[in-house]
Parts: sequence; C-alpha cells; structure tokens
Amino acid sequence: MAAVPESASPAKSGGLVQWIDQRFPLLSLWNDHMAQYYAPKNFNFWYYFGVLSMFVLANQLITGIFLTMSYKPSAAEAFSSVEYIMRDLDGGWLIRYMHSTGASAFFIVVYLHMFRALLYGSHRKPRELLWIIGCVIFLLLMAEAFMGYVLPWGNMSFWGAQVIVSLFGSLPVIGGGLVEWIRGDYVIADATLNRFFALHVAALPLALVFLVIAHIMALHEVGSNNPDGIEIKKLKGPDGHPLDGIPFHPYYTVKDTAGIVFFLILFCGVIFFAPTFGGLFLEAPNFEPANPLQTPPHIAPVWYFTPFYAMLRAVPSFAGTQVWGVLVMGGAIVVLFFLPWLDRSPVKSIRYRGPIYKVALAIFVVSFIILGLCGMKPPSGIYPLLAKICTALYFAFFLLMPWYSRIDSYKPVPERVT
Amino acid sequence: MSEQVDHSRRRLLTVATAGTAAVGAAFAAVPFIESWLPSARAKALGAPVEVDATALEAGQMLKVVWRGQPVFIVRRAKAVIEQLGAHDALLADPKSADSTQPDYITGATRARNPEVWVGLAVCTHLGCSPLGAFEPNNPSQLTGTDLGASWPGGFYCPCHGSKYDISGRVFKAMPAPKNLTVPPYAFVGDTLRILIGVDDAKSA
Repeated sequence: MAAVPESASPAKSGGLVQWIDQRFPLLSLWNDHMAQYYAPKNFNFWYYFGVLSMFVLANQLITGIFLTMSYKPSAAEAFSSVEYIMRDLDGGWLIRYMHSTGASAFFIVVYLHMFRALLYGSHRKPRELLWIIGCVIFLLLMAEAFMGYVLPWGNMSFWGAQVIVSLFGSLPVIGGGLVEWIRGDYVIADATLNRFFALHVAALPLALVFLVIAHIMALHEVGSNNPDGIEIKKLKGPDGHPLDGIPFHPYYTVKDTAGIVFFLILFCGVIFFAPTFGGLFLEAPNFEPANPLQTPPHIAPVWYFTPFYAMLRAVPSFAGTQVWGVLVMGGAIVVLFFLPWLDRSPVKSIRYRGPIYKVALAIFVVSFIILGLCGMKPPSGIYPLLAKICTALYFAFFLLMPWYSRIDSYKPVPERVT
Repeated sequence: MSEQVDHSRRRLLTVATAGTAAVGAAFAAVPFIESWLPSARAKALGAPVEVDATALEAGQMLKVVWRGQPVFIVRRAKAVIEQLGAHDALLADPKSADSTQPDYITGATRARNPEVWVGLAVCTHLGCSPLGAFEPNNPSQLTGTDLGASWPGGFYCPCHGSKYDISGRVFKAMPAPKNLTVPPYAFVGDTLRILIGVDDAKSA
C-alpha cells in the first residue's frame, strides 16, 4: 500500500482514484476481489445462487429499511400499521410484497446454493471454514425469518411465535425460565414483539452482513470450487494466474448480471401476480389480527421451515418430555456443520463420484422435500409415518457418510477443468 | 534492568488483564440480560389472582381473568362428585393423560378440593369460551341446544359444539382434542380462598 508522499500535489498524482488509493486500499480491494480474482472458467448454472443470495439480501435490507419507516412495533398497532402500508401508503404494497416474497426467495436461493455444495463438494478441504460460516449464516437467516414473520402480528404470527418459543420450554430445568426470558412476559405479548423487531431490523441484519463479508473473504482466500472439484490454483501459467481461471470482473460480473435479470423476471412475476403464492409465502390466518384466545385450526410454519417442523413432530415424546423432537430438529442443523469431516471420498465433485453417493444424495433431496410437505399437513393419516421415515433418511445421509463415502467407487479426476 | 523480555511475566499480565476484562464484561452483560425478563408491569399484570369462592353455592360458577385468560371456578355438589367416575365411557381422555394440568391434579375430580373445580375457560379446539351447563340429565338447560339424554352436567362450547364434563374432560368425537387446561392454583390455608397462578399459597 502506498504511503501518502508528502511532496505530491494532487494534480501530479493522477486524479481522484489515486488520491483515494493513497489513503484507502481501493485498487487493491477491487483487484483482490473483482478484477484480479481468478475464478474457475467452468462455472455453470448452480453458481448463480451465491450472487443471487447477496442480491436478495440487498433487496431485504433496502425494502426492510423503508418498511420500518411506516411499521409500528407494538401489539396494539402492528397489524393495522401493516394494513396501512398495504392500503394507504403510496408504493407500500409493492415494498412489502418485495420484502415478503424476498424472504421466500432468500430461502429458495440459499437452499439451492447449499445443494450446489453437496453436488460439487464445495464444503471439502480447504473450504471447511467457508462452509461453517455459511452454516452460521443459514442459522441466523432462519432466526431472522422467524422474527420477521412475527412482526405483522397476524394470528399465525402470534401462534407461530407461541409454538416456536414454547419449544425452548421443553428443555429440562431451565426451560420454563428461558421461555419467560425470551417472551419478556407470561404470554407472547407486546414485549416479545418489540424485542423481535429490534433483533429483526438491527442485530441480526448487522450480523448477517458481517458474516456475508466474512464468507466472501474466506472464499477469496481459498478460491472458488468448480463443477469438477479441481483446485485450479495447482496449475498456474507463466503470469502466475491459474490456467483454468478467468478474472471475476468482467467475465462473471456479466454472467451474474444475466442471472439476476432472469431471477428478477420470476421474482417480479410472483410479486405482481401471486404475492401470497397460494398461501405458501403469506398464510391465510395471518390476514387476521393476532388473537390470544383463538388458535388457528391448523398451525403450520412458512414453507421454508416445514422440513424442520416435520422432524420436530416426527419424534414422539417419551420419558415424560417432548425435548427429543427439539433436539432432533436442532441436530438437523448442527449436523450440517460437521459435513466437511463426514465426507471421506477421495474426490469432491459428483461428476467423479460413484453410484452410492449419487443415490444417497437423491434420497436425501427427496426426503427433504417430503419432509417439507409433511410439515405443511396436519399430523394425521400417512404423514406422521412418512415424516418419521424421512427424518431417519435425512440423518442417515449425514451420519452414515463416513462409511458409504469411503467404500464408494470413484473415477479419476482430470488435471484441468472440463 | 534486564534487556531480556520476561515472557512468563508478560503472559501472566496478559491473562490477568484479559481475565479482569472478562469479569467486567460478564457484569456489564447483567443489565442487558435482565432487560429481557418480564418487566415490573408485566409481573403486576401476570401476578397470581386471589378469588374467594366461599360464597359460591353448589352448581354456581365464577369467571375470573388471570394473565389475560378467563378462568372458571365451579362449586360442585357432593352428588355430582360421586357420579364423576360413572361416565368414563363417554370421554376421550378420562384419565387426563394428554391434558395440561399441574402434577397435583389427578383422577376424575381434577381438583385439589373435589368441591371446587378450577380450569381455564378456553376451549382446547379454537379457544372459544365454553358455557356452564351443570344440571345433570337436563338436555335443554341451554336455550336452543340439545345436550343429549345422558348429560352428566358440564361445559358446552357454543362455537363448534364441544362438550366437557364438570371436571373439564372432553367427550369422545368432539372437535376439541384435549381436556380443559387446569392452571396452577392453591388454597390459602383451610379456606376456600384460591390463589390462581401459584402451586403453593405460601410462596406467593
């Protein structure tokens, strides 16, 4: 980094960029992360979802800031202030639908982004920490989404909060006190709404933005994986850049822009033509104000939580406590953190993996989707049994991985990307 | 003075400084953690409610509000109490195995004192407030409702027709899935003064 030369006059040193660069590492940041960041040249469709996650995050931050300008975080006023935004505020309906649709879009792109890692082994050495930071982002995103769902103070907001916060009550000894501490009252009340608002608009977004920056820094430290699971840094040209790498800017900035445009077509389609998405993105009971005396006939979380909700319900209570379901649901997230060490295959990408992993991954994806469906349905008929089976398969995918990934066959990995 | 750096001394000082800072940070965290506890106002609104049931005659009912929820207090006649075990066949959960109630609430009476029944007046179906219909074998005591020939006396929810007996136990094949919830409560000494919201009158 250049120190500021004392004798240099601004006119001589060559313009604003250089003036800034002598005082702030502008060019080196630009080069390290954009113009001179060499990414593998064989990125495919699956590599859109990282940048789309960032794009949706920006959408949530901007629309969210504008929503806070008209929203009132009190039990008495929250519901009517949301209706005010929807009916009386110019552009309010659009900003709110961008935010509510953005929440579901966030989970769609994040789930696909995580699935990409499972496809191509993006969690494997040396990207373990990158994966772990990503898991923390996922966890915080779930907390962020849950608290955001409570804010409109509809009846499903209220009872969803009631059910989810009560989960902590099943923990032995500390449970009861913990629930009271989280709620700040003996029922879900004004105090709960107000603190969820603070966490949703200040604490968690701040943490998320910092973690996303850390996620990108970790990525650019180790370099991007690719559909072949090859480390492109191993083969460098005479210029010192990877032979199979191309500068992120302009090549991938242009590609990602095209992806964002396509995403926006779908995104706007939902916002303008199906903002509730048939009750999946915005649930019908939430168009009624919170009513502590009347539970909706069927409580289901928003679609992106239903796989985990199904696992919670799949585990019966025994030894007089329901804590086991809570532990299983928590374990479903915790097990993700250990994925880099559970996978023992000598190759990273599914392109060179054997049939066992391909079948296991397919079963895992199907189980996860079925769990999502089970979580939306009332726990009767075939659904509890399906949920139990799929919960077992979900965990089997991870916990049996050290064995099946080792005995699985694999194909030789080429030197260069294909 | 030696030019040499005394590393062990430096490490001790570093650890001591960091340790002191950690203790300070722990103390500084206290008000922030405390601020999440129910406030004085929430505590006042959620405090135990004292009700005097002495004046209640058999077959009469009081409705009080505790923590924003209505609570029934029903005085039961001896004859009614003796009949409580007789209609188990009509009930979905006669032993209250799957209902929300404190550990000291057991059996068919579901009460600390069989003569006084205390329970939340919140239907376990959709949270409506059931009506009292305490006269046995009187199917038409609620205007416009037929409670059925062998009505043992109990509660009827006007919203979707769930029936409960006089211990709040739900009948079979009703919309409501569970028996009425019994909140924690205690009698003050040997009187019929009831503290709703505590397990032990002395601790209140």
